[in-house]
Order: sequence, then structure tokens, then C-alpha cells
Amino acid sequence: MTLILDRVSVRQRGEIWLDDIRLETGTGLTTLIGPLNSGKTTLMRVVAGLQPPDSGRVLVAGKDVTSISVRNRSIAFVYQRFINYPSLTIYENIASPLRLDGRFRGPAIDRRVREVAELMGLAGLLDRRPAELSGGQQQRTAIARALARPVDVLLLDEPLANLDFKLREQLRADLKARFADAPGVVLYSTADPAEALTFAAPTVVLGEGRVLETGDVAAMYARPPTLAVAATLSDPPLNLLPGVVREGRSAEGGVLLGIRPHQVTLAPRGPGAVELPAEIRLAEVTGSATFLHLLLRGERHLVAHLPGTWRFQPGEATRAYVDPAHVLVFDEGGDRLPLSGAEVDLHG
Amino acid sequence: MTRPDPRRRANRAWLLVLPVVVSVAFTAVIPLMTVVNFSVQDVFSPTDRVFVGLDWFYEAVRRPENREAFVRTLLFSAQVLLVEIPLGVAIAVAMPRRGVWVSVALVLVALPLLIPWNVVGTIWQIFARPDIGLGGWTVANLLGVDYNYTLDSTDAWITILVMDVWHWTPLVALLAYAGLRSIPQPYFQAAQIDGASAWATFRHIQLPRLRGVLTIAILLRFMDSFMIYTEPFVVTGGGPGNATTFLSILLSKMAVGQFDVGPAGAFSLIYFLVVQILCYVFFTALTRSGR
Repeated sequence: MTLILDRVSVRQRGEIWLDDIRLETGTGLTTLIGPLNSGKTTLMRVVAGLQPPDSGRVLVAGKDVTSISVRNRSIAFVYQRFINYPSLTIYENIASPLRLDGRFRGPAIDRRVREVAELMGLAGLLDRRPAELSGGQQQRTAIARALARPVDVLLLDEPLANLDFKLREQLRADLKARFADAPGVVLYSTADPAEALTFAAPTVVLGEGRVLETGDVAAMYARPPTLAVAATLSDPPLNLLPGVVREGRSAEGGVLLGIRPHQVTLAPRGPGAVELPAEIRLAEVTGSATFLHLLLRGERHLVAHLPGTWRFQPGEATRAYVDPAHVLVFDEGGDRLPLSGAEVDLHG
Repeated sequence: MTRPDPRRRANRAWLLVLPVVVSVAFTAVIPLMTVVNFSVQDVFSPTDRVFVGLDWFYEAVRRPENREAFVRTLLFSAQVLLVEIPLGVAIAVAMPRRGVWVSVALVLVALPLLIPWNVVGTIWQIFARPDIGLGGWTVANLLGVDYNYTLDSTDAWITILVMDVWHWTPLVALLAYAGLRSIPQPYFQAAQIDGASAWATFRHIQLPRLRGVLTIAILLRFMDSFMIYTEPFVVTGGGPGNATTFLSILLSKMAVGQFDVGPAGAFSLIYFLVVQILCYVFFTALTRSGR
């Protein structure tokens, strides 16, 4: 099974929501990652047929489906909100797409419903109605509904975003296994880099309605081609500091240094570490980690992600250390330069 | 410092409730007690009255014209609900969900609701006349039906029913429309993706979401139609014969026309209780079935 988006554009009220999207995916999971308003939902709606593109084509298994109505496409869609039929039991909710499919009859429906319910941990809840379930169970039901019927394209639009932290972790691991044996294309959108990195599937980075990069997510994380890709894949957010390239290098002029918070330490890690005198502004303790907000010279802010719980006194002077080998260097246009942090001087 | 006495605070709460108690007493309790007072006495003149116990109640139940009016009103309410609820929901489903036509449709649908009861009656009294009324003339002459609501009981009944449907279906439609508007779009998209038919979408997405507003619509339409007075009073005056003499028309004839305040008092108390009980039954049935 293949899904191809051929130069798809969507404009709404004078704004460009999708700009010349070209995308090609095969059977199995593809992750779509992007910040808020990057066009993830619009792209999914176009693939589903809920939003006609202003230009471009959508091809499923080599066939142009752009003008085919939603009803006649072989798709399933899981929303960020938990969407189930309120008056039907969990059993009937999962069975409803099968009943309308035609390929399933009588005992085959029953078998499939129980199989999927087992898979999603809903076996004991089949007689309940959606309102009687917790949020996590409701979303499991919605995912089970989508998984029940074999479809060409399964779309999941930030399905875990409305769930609480623990459920999200658990479902994330479950889902990876569930998608492994999906018969069609699975397109999974998220704004959470942890989800994309956990799935370790082919990943498409979206930004402002454009495809910024496609490829292996771990490689993209290690060597982001642009600042936008680096920022999308960094949580907690990337620290950005201005710098100047030293003379005699392959590039010159002003640059931006991207430093991931966990690369900032309070003791030098290795001999080449750069020392930055700083003042402590705030320490956020999450339990397993401490986020230390530092003020550098020239009013620059830097956040350090330190494992463990630490106590700091705001206003205290300290020294932060950064290993130049882990610094990402971007030019002013946002493209990454093939330079190491050691070839750049910090501004000020 | 001593803490304020909780009992004194409770007294202050009474003080705050007092305005409500006083106004409810004057608008509801005291008038109702006057009726109770009448219902157990035979009043000859303001100074000459006899306590008769429950005699008037027995008589109210026994009188054949009371029973007939009761059955007639019940039948009318049942027909009103059977027509107005499905029709109102159908209109709501058909109304546009967005765009410029929304306000046009809302105004058109709401128009009958803005007309006072007695004006509705007057409009229909003339509209349904077979000689000069547009509606009556059309039915009688163009459709060739022998129609005259002043002479024929069935014609009179149908006229009153159609008038009520015209006047009050918009209320059901507006309530249902508000209920439909509150359903998030993804539900409809999910149904589309599943390939659900329009009927299945209505049955499993729209109807369950309408339960709350339809409970209110059914209660309002029942209470109101069971107490219908002004419009039939203006159009038919309860006739021809007793064909459209509903409970409230009968009651007002008894109390104001014949000044039988004793039987009328007893009868209105029974009437009041019946409305209460039926509303309770409706409400319980409608809210229970949702669980």
C-alpha cells in the first residue's frame, strides 16, 4: 500500500494552510510531527477526504482518490477528542464500522470485535457506554474502532494529546506494537518529539504548512538540517545563543548556536568544555530532573536540564559548561552549518 | 473574639429567603388556598357558606361533561406531541447549520412564537373561514373538501390542532436546533468515515444528543397543550357543540359563567394534580430511559 500526496495545497480565507506538499509513504507507520498550526490536521483531513485540496492530488495505492467522497474511501480516523457514538455500547461502537463494511458478516464481526477489544484492553468493558469510561478508555475505544476494519489508510491526529501523562506513556508503547502489523498506511500526527522518537518510524516534519524534512527521526534529531526541524524535535526547547564564526573557517559572520538543555552542565564534561559565567534565576524541580534557568552575560538566557533534584538559591553566581561538540550551529537563515561549536565565538 | 452563633447565621439565611417566600405566597400559595377554600364549601353569598367536605370532588369526577372534556384534552395533548415533536426535530435537522441562511431560517421559524395567543386565535378564525379566509376558502373551493369549522366537529378539531402545530412547532424546532448545534463536527465526520447513512447518523449521533432538549420540549408542549384555552376560545368558543371544549374552557364556563365556584374549585384542583402527575411521569420516563 502506498500513499502519495502530489503537490497538495490548501488555502483558507486568504491564508495558506498547506503549501505544495509532496509526500510518499508505504505500508506501516509514518509519523507526522510539527508544532501547533503547522498543518498536521489539515493534511490528515485532505488525506481523509474531509477537506478538498485547492490544488494537487492524493493517490492511494497508485489510484487518484482526490475526488472520491469520504464515504467511499477506505480510511479510519482517530481524533484528538474522544469521538464515539454516545448511545451505543463499546461493543457496538467497535462493531459499527464492520457492520457498514460489507466484508464482515455475523460471527466474523463478533470475532473481530472481541479480538480488537482484547488488543486494546477493553475486553471487560464491552457492555458499557462511552460516558461510563475514563478518558483513556474512551480513546482506546476510538482507536479500537479505527483498527477493527482493515483500511488502506489509518489516520491518527494527535490521539494521545488529551490524555494524562501516565496513560500517554503506556498507550504510546502499546500503539507502536499495534501499528507494526497494520495492513495499510498508518499516518500518526503529534507535536510531541518523545512520541516520534519512541515510534522510530519514518518521520515527516511539518512547519507552517510545508514539509521541512523527511527521513529517520533519530538521524534528524542528531543532525537537524534546519533550526525549525531542530526546534520541532527538541523538548524541552532548544537554547539559542548568538555567536560569530572564527576567522579562516568554511563560513563567516553571525550564527545562532543551538544547545539542548541536557547538554548544559555545572561541571566540565571533558577537556574542551566552554565555561560560561552565569547567575541563577530560577530552579524548576520536576522530581527526576531540575530545570535551571540561568542568566548569562549580555542578558542571554540559558536553561540547563540536570538529572535529579537540586537546590539552588536564586541570584547565586555559578558556572555553566557546554561541550562544543554537541552545539548545533545555524546560519542566520536557519540552515545548519557543518561547523563545530569550537569554531565559533559566543557573542558578548 | 467569639465565633458567631451558627443558629443566628441560620436566621440570617431565612431573612434572605424571605422575599421569595413572600412573592411566592402572593402569586401562588394564597390564590391556590382560596381555590382549596372554595372547593370544600357551598358558597351562596360571601356571608352565607356551608362546609361540604369532599362532595364537590366526588361530583367533579362524576359529571359526564367533565370526563368528556378530560378525555378530549388528553387526546388533544397526545396528538400535539405526536405531531409537533417529530415535525420540530425534522425542521431543526433541515435548517442550515452555517452561512447567511441561518439567521433567515431562525427568524422565519421563530415568527409564530412572537404572536400573542389571542391574536393567533383571531388570525386563524379569519384565515380558516371558508367564505373569506384564504386557508378555509382554498380547502373548501380548490381542494373541493366540504369544510366548515363552525359547523363540523371534526373540521373544528383539525383547525385547532393545525393552529397549535403552526404556533408551537417552532418552539420544538428551536430547542432541537440549539441541541443539534452543540454537537461537535468530528462526530459527523466520524459517521461519514464509517459510511453511516443519514438515518444512522441521526439515530446514533443527533438523537442521543437531543435527549435533554427534547425532554424539556415534551414537558413544555404537554403542559401548555393540556392547559390550552385562548386560541380555541377565540376560534370556536368550544364548539360546535362541545367538540373543542377543553378542560380549561369548561372550567372557566363553570367558574365565571355559572359562578359554580365550589365544583369549579374542586375540579381545578384535580386538574392541577393531573398536570403535576403527568409531568412527573413524563420526566421520570424520559430521564430514566437515558441511563
